[in-house]
Amino acid sequence: MLESTWFFLWGLLWAVFFMTDGFDLGIGTIYPFLGKNDEEKRVMINSLGPLWDGNEVWLITAGGVTFAAFPLVYSVMFSALYTPLMLILFALIIRGVSFEFRGLSNKKSWVRIWDTSIFVGSFLPSLLFGVAFANIFMGIPIDENGIMQGNLFSLLNPYGILGGILFVVLFVVHGLLWICIRGFGDLKKRASNLVKKIWIAEVVVIVGFLGASYIYTNLFDNYFKYPALWLILVFAVICLLMIRFYISKEKYFFAWAFSASTIVFCTFFGIAGLFPNLFPSSINPDFSLTAFNASSSPYTLKIMLGIVIVFIPIVIAYQSFAYKLFSTKVDPKDLTY
Amino acid sequence: MDVVFLSRLQFAAATIFHFLFVPLTLGLSIMVAYMETKYVRTKNPLYLSMTKFWGKLFLINFAVGVVTGITLEFQFGTNWSKYSTYVGDIFGSLLAIEATVAFFLESTLIGIWVFGWKKLSAKAHAFVMWLVAIGGSISAVWILIANAWMQHPVGYTIRNGRAELTDFMAVITQKFAILTILHTLSAAYVLSAFFVMSISAWHLLKKSNVEFFSKSFRIGLVMGLLSTVFVVAEGDFHAVDIAKVQPAKLAAMETHWETQAKAPVFLFSWPDEENERNIIEIGRIPGVLSFLAFHDINAPVQGLKEFPKDERPPVAITALAFKIMVGLGFLFLGLMITGWFLRNKLSEKPWFLKIMVISLPLPYIAIEAGWVLAEVGRQPWIVYGLLKTSDAASPIAAGQVLTTLIGFIVLYGLLGIAGFYMIFKNALKGPKDLAH
Repeated sequence: MLESTWFFLWGLLWAVFFMTDGFDLGIGTIYPFLGKNDEEKRVMINSLGPLWDGNEVWLITAGGVTFAAFPLVYSVMFSALYTPLMLILFALIIRGVSFEFRGLSNKKSWVRIWDTSIFVGSFLPSLLFGVAFANIFMGIPIDENGIMQGNLFSLLNPYGILGGILFVVLFVVHGLLWICIRGFGDLKKRASNLVKKIWIAEVVVIVGFLGASYIYTNLFDNYFKYPALWLILVFAVICLLMIRFYISKEKYFFAWAFSASTIVFCTFFGIAGLFPNLFPSSINPDFSLTAFNASSSPYTLKIMLGIVIVFIPIVIAYQSFAYKLFSTKVDPKDLTY
Repeated sequence: MDVVFLSRLQFAAATIFHFLFVPLTLGLSIMVAYMETKYVRTKNPLYLSMTKFWGKLFLINFAVGVVTGITLEFQFGTNWSKYSTYVGDIFGSLLAIEATVAFFLESTLIGIWVFGWKKLSAKAHAFVMWLVAIGGSISAVWILIANAWMQHPVGYTIRNGRAELTDFMAVITQKFAILTILHTLSAAYVLSAFFVMSISAWHLLKKSNVEFFSKSFRIGLVMGLLSTVFVVAEGDFHAVDIAKVQPAKLAAMETHWETQAKAPVFLFSWPDEENERNIIEIGRIPGVLSFLAFHDINAPVQGLKEFPKDERPPVAITALAFKIMVGLGFLFLGLMITGWFLRNKLSEKPWFLKIMVISLPLPYIAIEAGWVLAEVGRQPWIVYGLLKTSDAASPIAAGQVLTTLIGFIVLYGLLGIAGFYMIFKNALKGPKDLAH
């Protein structure tokens, strides 16, 4: 029971990371193309400015909780996925300082360096997180010692790449909706037009990914075993449609909230299909790391459960406060970045 | 080159670099919060401009510190997977707690502080900076508890082929952890104080914004004096504890080979590890090491020869790091006390201001030396007495590690140059013509 609870929390923390950091990764991916001039670009960067740092801590927490609750998964997952994870981390480092450095000088060449860095630093992690998780859904070629029999390129298989595209599209829609909330004028109009088109792409990619999951993975086994799980997919579809509904109504905050829910349900589609595996082996199911053979001691799991139950609601409270405070239009006369 | 060696280099590079920025974050946040509180209380715009000026420098420094911290959270898994499997039950929990209870607070609230000037009342805004400062220091507390457990593991049992937690309270309240926390936090405050005092001294020498920088200097001086006295005094207790729990480290710190009563210290010594003796010994003072370790000049102190060769730390690095740290610590004490006596006539003492300006790199060197001493002095153990560093690395290819090691050096090198350039460019500009 304790292990299953932690499996759920493990999935939830990763889902919340994708949901929160997703919109600022999406903006970082799209803003060099959407912004017509420097002011528009700065408005977009400032729209995520107060929030990206707190969002990224969900990654630290997801990683930390993997370490605390499932040390064996932490060890095997991150050493097996050494190169893609290091690429993600380098990209996030460059991105983080780019926000801070971009505004420190007005020179065109200076600004261009950091614009490129923010784009690469946002696009690459989005793509690679998708590739990594799709491969986990499918199973990673790890042997009985948890050693990976393959490299970065074996992860770049069709299903992995489709997972990467899925994440990029989910995040770009999420980011564009945030620009609709905090942007104004011509920028907002362009963002709202673009998000309608990319929403269609989102639908196509999600349907394609579900179909591919049926072919390439065993995720649906759990769904046939426990039919209640189909509700996750039903919710995902409803949320997806509600995004479009609220875009038409021009109620962008609601559209954004449903986009956040879409990301959570899409993540949980995979997590529910994985159970009880956290890191399945594609070589032999006996080598898979599960919630039961890779977890910490019950004593540690209980202590960590107490910590999470007390502190995560506090975190959500002050992060919600931050989101509420910074969901108004960006003031072009008061740009920090 | 093997995976263990490359992984050690990579971890050392990542930690040393991260730790160039963390100490300033810890101390400067407190001073900025104090300045802003002063502004709220007195409504004196000078304090507002102090808050903005030092706050700006804080933010550039914070940005580099925070992004380089992310890699550290994951490097235990990527490069030290056998270590992670062995200690995750305990060590992993401490890292997860750090993120949940402290790092979230610091990172979320810093965004509110930076972007919330017009959205929050002046009081609420100052309060937010206090939360950032508290979040930072609590974060350091949990990381240091985790490190203290590697130095002196307690509250565990070996079960299922790994260390499992049996007593959480023992882990978080052990003496070694408390001493480490007090020592490291106060050292970070010393560094931050120096940062403020050195930059202020530079401007005072140029007679620019005299009132602004005199007040800033004074704030740095108070924090610096208190923290320096504390860190030097507390360091003594720390040494006593190390004598008890890590005798090999203590012996290496003083290049002490033979077990003896009235054990000496040297003003300078250089070891010959191959032949188990010192090549250079200058300024032998008998009994001092016994006194430092046990507060008794006749107490026998274990020499390095008591330990098998493969259980001794690298003596030269450990000893050198210790000498640098302690030597600089006493120098800082002298500077702070001098500063206190000259505090009302700084402008008449340009020689002192000049010394303060050129001293800025010294606390950085001292605090890194302390970190090197703690980590290198623990070798060959990754968890003292339980697991050797050579048995802890991931089963990955050396080529992978070499590639990322080069990546780290290039990326961090550029980041370091850009970061410090931006900090000092803005620092030397002074408060009038800030970028924003």
